Amino acid sequence: MVENRPWLTFLTHFVLICGVVIVVFPVYIALIASTHGPTALSSGMMPLLPGAELWNNVVQVLTEQRRGVAPFWLMAWNSLWMAIIITVGKIAISIISAYAIVYFRFPGRVLAFWLIFITLMLPVEVRIIPTFAVVANLGMLNSYAGLTIPLIASATATFLFRQFFMTIPDEMMEAARVDGAGPLKFFRDILLPLSRTNIAALCVILFIYGWMQYLWPLLVTTDPKYYTLMMGVKRMAAVADADPQWNTIMAAVVMAMLPPVLIVIFMQRLFVKGLVETEK
Amino acid sequence: MASIDLKGVRKVYQGNVTAIHALDLSIADGELVVLVGPSGCGKSTLLRMIAGLETITDGTISIGEDVVNKKEPAERDIAMVFQNYALYPHMSVRQNLEYGLKNRGTPRDEIDRRVNEAARILEITPFLDRKPRQLSGGQRQRVAMGRAIVRQPKAFLFDEPLSNLDAKLRGQMRIEIRRLQRSLKTTSVYVTHDQLEAMTLADRLVVMNGGRIEQVGKPIELYDKPASLFVAGFIGSPPMNLLPIAALQAIAGGTMPNLPTGTDIVGIRPDEVVVGSGEGIALSGTVELIEPVGGESHLYVRVEGLDQTLILVQQGRASVGEADKVDFVLPLAALHGFNKESGLRVD
Repeated sequence: MVENRPWLTFLTHFVLICGVVIVVFPVYIALIASTHGPTALSSGMMPLLPGAELWNNVVQVLTEQRRGVAPFWLMAWNSLWMAIIITVGKIAISIISAYAIVYFRFPGRVLAFWLIFITLMLPVEVRIIPTFAVVANLGMLNSYAGLTIPLIASATATFLFRQFFMTIPDEMMEAARVDGAGPLKFFRDILLPLSRTNIAALCVILFIYGWMQYLWPLLVTTDPKYYTLMMGVKRMAAVADADPQWNTIMAAVVMAMLPPVLIVIFMQRLFVKGLVETEK
Repeated sequence: MASIDLKGVRKVYQGNVTAIHALDLSIADGELVVLVGPSGCGKSTLLRMIAGLETITDGTISIGEDVVNKKEPAERDIAMVFQNYALYPHMSVRQNLEYGLKNRGTPRDEIDRRVNEAARILEITPFLDRKPRQLSGGQRQRVAMGRAIVRQPKAFLFDEPLSNLDAKLRGQMRIEIRRLQRSLKTTSVYVTHDQLEAMTLADRLVVMNGGRIEQVGKPIELYDKPASLFVAGFIGSPPMNLLPIAALQAIAGGTMPNLPTGTDIVGIRPDEVVVGSGEGIALSGTVELIEPVGGESHLYVRVEGLDQTLILVQQGRASVGEADKVDFVLPLAALHGFNKESGLRVD
């Protein structure tokens, strides 16, 4: 907008600040809670200033062994693997399928595109029972394969790559053909390097997506060896016959938030670049 | 180096749209042939068929002795320069030049020798380590040419390579392409819609219209003796005046020339019209508009009884002003006769 009215500026800032407060406050509470001792939170009064117990809580989370909960490092390890496999798998599969859809003329090409596109309407939550049945029948419960493979197929990423490939002029492909590059060489030498920023941006989104998975791991894992962080934190809160130890739970939450936060902070530039500009 | 032969070449797209109608053309070794025509005339399609980027519905295309119909572009040993240059944006200029040679397994020292040689010829040596986006349009154009030269192919194919440049640069590059082609003596096919570019570059000019060849010949032959109404209207700027003979007869006093039978349209180049009086068909009209181009002036003249404006070229400044009356003469020797129905020249 070109108008410059003080009350409008005030209003926009007010709305934005309200939004920020609403989003940030629970995170702030988690942060504060992770710095207090066990008694501070069960007293009923939630402290709003940081305490001094952060280090103790962290140590406790990292060392403590509880019944029904896997060790923290193992869950973090599982979450990490799950996120990495999903990220790599999704990117690998979607870039190849986008390549096929954009650059090859084959019968059913349009149909294939629409089938992929329609799966956007069928996220895991919608197809969870049939997907679970398939995974169970294939004997993939309690395995990394079961955790990751059903989540790998990705319409979003395929669509993103397709849109990007369609902005690359046809002449580029024709020039490569005249230069003696076959389909694989063109993919490796031209398309992959050009997609670099897109891949980086997708890595950020998909890593966080994989890291945050809760429902699916909850379903397919019964062996604590394969528990992920998101389920672990939930399990820490669900203790029988005792008050949940909110201080350590929140310490675990804060630690679980760290990897995505770090990734966003360090890859922010690439992320924006990948979604906004193309190198042509 | 090789000749290129097209025999009965046809291209039919899906849905029975014929882009090229059974077309024959022979391009001699070392010749620069320009395909020119309005957009949609099939010139680019034809070039892409020679390159192997479009399939051939019928007929044969041979480069040298080989029929290349079924061959991949890379196997045809041709190099192509694209309108938008199609440089690989993530590679440096040097890598762009090398890419085709590397894919062919050329030895390293040979690659270096050829790349340096091409860079020297095109004066792009200082930019070898830059990325294409750091170059100006003209420099990118040179790199695109360099990519063709290093390959030392049997033929160069140019697909409107100068259309993305500004007028001044276009003129420079035109001369440069001509000089380069002369010195390398590589068979070249050049597609353009710019008739000036076509006239000045071509050893032989191929005028295309609606998927057919209208006329093939030396540029000046086409200018002097256009074989059809289309060529007459397309070659030359400003275009030839084409006047129906019946209307002319009705308004012109004086003698009508003895034109061959079948002539019902006469054409005359704007610069052959003589302002003032003299031998020929005398007409007079009102000047509607004057375009002073500098060395010459273009007069748009409306003549009573003709439903089109005539274009006259006067050397230097115009001798009349806008809205003035002007008398002029169409000299008989300069008239071209055409038959309206067949669209062909009558001699």
